[in-house]
Amino acid sequence: MSPVLVWAVGVAQVLLGLAMACACFRILRGPRAQDRVVAFDSLYVNAMLLLLVFGIGSGSALYFEAALIIALLGFVSTVALAKFLLRGEVIE
Amino acid sequence: MNDAAQISSLSANVVAILLIIGATFTLVGSFGLIRLRNFYQRVHAPTLGTTLGTACIALASMIYFSAASGRMAVHELLIVLFVTTTTPISLMVLVRAAALRDRALEETTSEAPGEGQ
Repeated sequence: MSPVLVWAVGVAQVLLGLAMACACFRILRGPRAQDRVVAFDSLYVNAMLLLLVFGIGSGSALYFEAALIIALLGFVSTVALAKFLLRGEVIE
Repeated sequence: MNDAAQISSLSANVVAILLIIGATFTLVGSFGLIRLRNFYQRVHAPTLGTTLGTACIALASMIYFSAASGRMAVHELLIVLFVTTTTPISLMVLVRAAALRDRALEETTSEAPGEGQ
């Protein structure tokens, strides 16, 4: 792999890790439940992007499938949490 | 790693630039979660990462795997399509829930002094 790509993958991993730290801060700090849910939404998107960057860094296509599963399950869990905030129950 | 060594320097540079741009957009969006004050302002911030960040990094991944394997590899389009479709849905449901909760909170707090009068 070319050195510029190794460097870019490392920098992108650091930036995405910082982004996940920002989201974690808001999850821990968030004054109300909806703030935590928004931060959780952004956290799983950042984790999915980090997995895509890992896939580029290691050159294997396996990470793509993990990222797709994170995207699918993250959407379902965010909607379930929002439904819980809306009605007090997930399945009525 | 052995097929990764074969990609040309032009596509490596393009992949590197797209990775840095996408990661920077995502970091700025997540930093907005800390920086903005109100929930209704805060809900806008992470969409920067889910649109531009995801698009740039998925495009970088597509270019990288197309150049490494020598054929078109566009399966990252699935992630882009899915994320850009589902983020507005989940955030709209969430904002509706938050508005309902705020209204309920407002009613209970405005009722409390009203009882005393």
